[in-house]
Amino acid sequence: MRNILSIAYKELVIYFTSPMAYVVAGVFLALTGVFFIDSVDQPFALASVRGLLRNTAFFLMPLIPPIMTMRLFAEEQKLGTLELLLTAPVRDYEVVMGKFMASFAILATMVLVSLFYVVVLIFYSDPDLGPVLSGYLGMLLYSSTTLAVGLMASSLTGNQIVAATVSFGIILLFSVVGNVSAVVGGAAATVLENLSLISHFEGFAQGVIDTSDVIYYVVMSAVFLFLTIRAVESRRWR
Amino acid sequence: MSTPVMIEASHLTKYYGDFPAITDVSFSAQKGEILGFLGPNAAGKTTTMRILTGFMPPSSGAASIAGYDVVTESLEARRHVGYLPETVPLYTDMMVKDYLHFMGTIRGMEGKAIQRRISDVIQICRLEEYYKAHIAKLSKGFRQRVGVAQAILHEPEVLVLDEPTVGIDPIQVVETRQLIKSLGGERTIILSTHILPEVSMICQRVIIIHEGEIVAMDTPQALAERLQGAERIQLEVAGPMGQVVRTLRAIPGVQDVTFTDLGDRRSAYSVISRRGDEMRANLAKAVVEQGWGLLRLETVSMSLEEIFLRLTTTEEA
Repeated sequence: MRNILSIAYKELVIYFTSPMAYVVAGVFLALTGVFFIDSVDQPFALASVRGLLRNTAFFLMPLIPPIMTMRLFAEEQKLGTLELLLTAPVRDYEVVMGKFMASFAILATMVLVSLFYVVVLIFYSDPDLGPVLSGYLGMLLYSSTTLAVGLMASSLTGNQIVAATVSFGIILLFSVVGNVSAVVGGAAATVLENLSLISHFEGFAQGVIDTSDVIYYVVMSAVFLFLTIRAVESRRWR
Repeated sequence: MSTPVMIEASHLTKYYGDFPAITDVSFSAQKGEILGFLGPNAAGKTTTMRILTGFMPPSSGAASIAGYDVVTESLEARRHVGYLPETVPLYTDMMVKDYLHFMGTIRGMEGKAIQRRISDVIQICRLEEYYKAHIAKLSKGFRQRVGVAQAILHEPEVLVLDEPTVGIDPIQVVETRQLIKSLGGERTIILSTHILPEVSMICQRVIIIHEGEIVAMDTPQALAERLQGAERIQLEVAGPMGQVVRTLRAIPGVQDVTFTDLGDRRSAYSVISRRGDEMRANLAKAVVEQGWGLLRLETVSMSLEEIFLRLTTTEEA
């Protein structure tokens, strides 16, 4: 655990010494602000953050996590620092988890800062807080899955652009995979629908915490983190 | 009490796909020894070091550091190694102090010990002024020092330094060599280089590696003497150059003759031949018998450079 924390701490230091964290947070908060205004600036608008969270999941989550994770392994591979890191007495999974935790800490902070919009809602009206809390829980789970995807993509290459593109592709693919389910039909359709990142988020946005949705995001995160660990290990048998 | 063996490599072989980077590499180093790993580029030096540091396992064979197998007891082995890779990889976005602190923690050092050691290594590597500098802003020479600082930070018993003096200015090269020398004695150091004088300056033992195989392993002095029993004899002869060369080459035991024209019918010849007094006698006799003037004849000991070249260049007849 100590190793995981020191690696996470190191990543945080790098996020904040480079302009990375500030730029990403700025873009994230600016866009969520637009989403929020858009959702309340309508006739008969509901005092909810459902629209904000949906738009965030659909537009920002394929974009922000790949950018945040692209350097985590790709840069170390390119700089050669991975060699020093992996010859220190740390286990491969500790490196992966440390990096994951650092990126999650930042994204989660940004997501939670957007709770400010909820404060605005409470100030002017009386929003139903149940769906707000479940929505934010869903958003955190969603973040963790997309970050895990990004981390895996980063571990496969020494090129950050390639890493970002691959993770962008995978996240988008899992976002829209449910849309093509009608074409295939039958059991395949059910599988595709259940693979969809977006469809599992609907419940949370509406205020329903379904165990299967929670498990979906946890399992997806775990699978991609596992693949990342294997990719880091692969230097041993390549 | 015998000195403990700190580095042990036996029959290491590593394939990249079908290509063997190293083949059957075996050697060992005792406590306190400075071992030089000499070879041209792509000879397999870095591969060997990556195996020793636990970055990747060998395809076959085994290696151990301080008695711990680098594959089966990898974490324990890694705890005893300080490593400076050839490219001196550093996190350019970090400050020197943060970087060293991080390297200390992931090597399992305690907070107080880290602080104490950081101030030590900052002094040893003369980084005082750059303690709070961003690594990105440091010159190559200072990055090299930071690299050395992180390698010795946790006081490892074994130091693996891959080309530690490449790409820094001459004064820093001298300083780095002195530093490495001063680190020996307590620690076991294995360093790779393709600079030959460096090896005779700091190493007690040299391994010459070529195309992934060890071609020679000895002390620098013994290596210089031993080389296939050969020695270099220099002659100065007054006589027709072409004929002299042909005559010299015809003498049994002569391996190679190079020559320079000194003008005025005089030329200098450098002969690599079998070792022994009778060689010189034979050379002298051959020259005199032809009626040429033998102006000078002496043996010169071969430099490590020459040995290296002779061992690692495929000879043509």
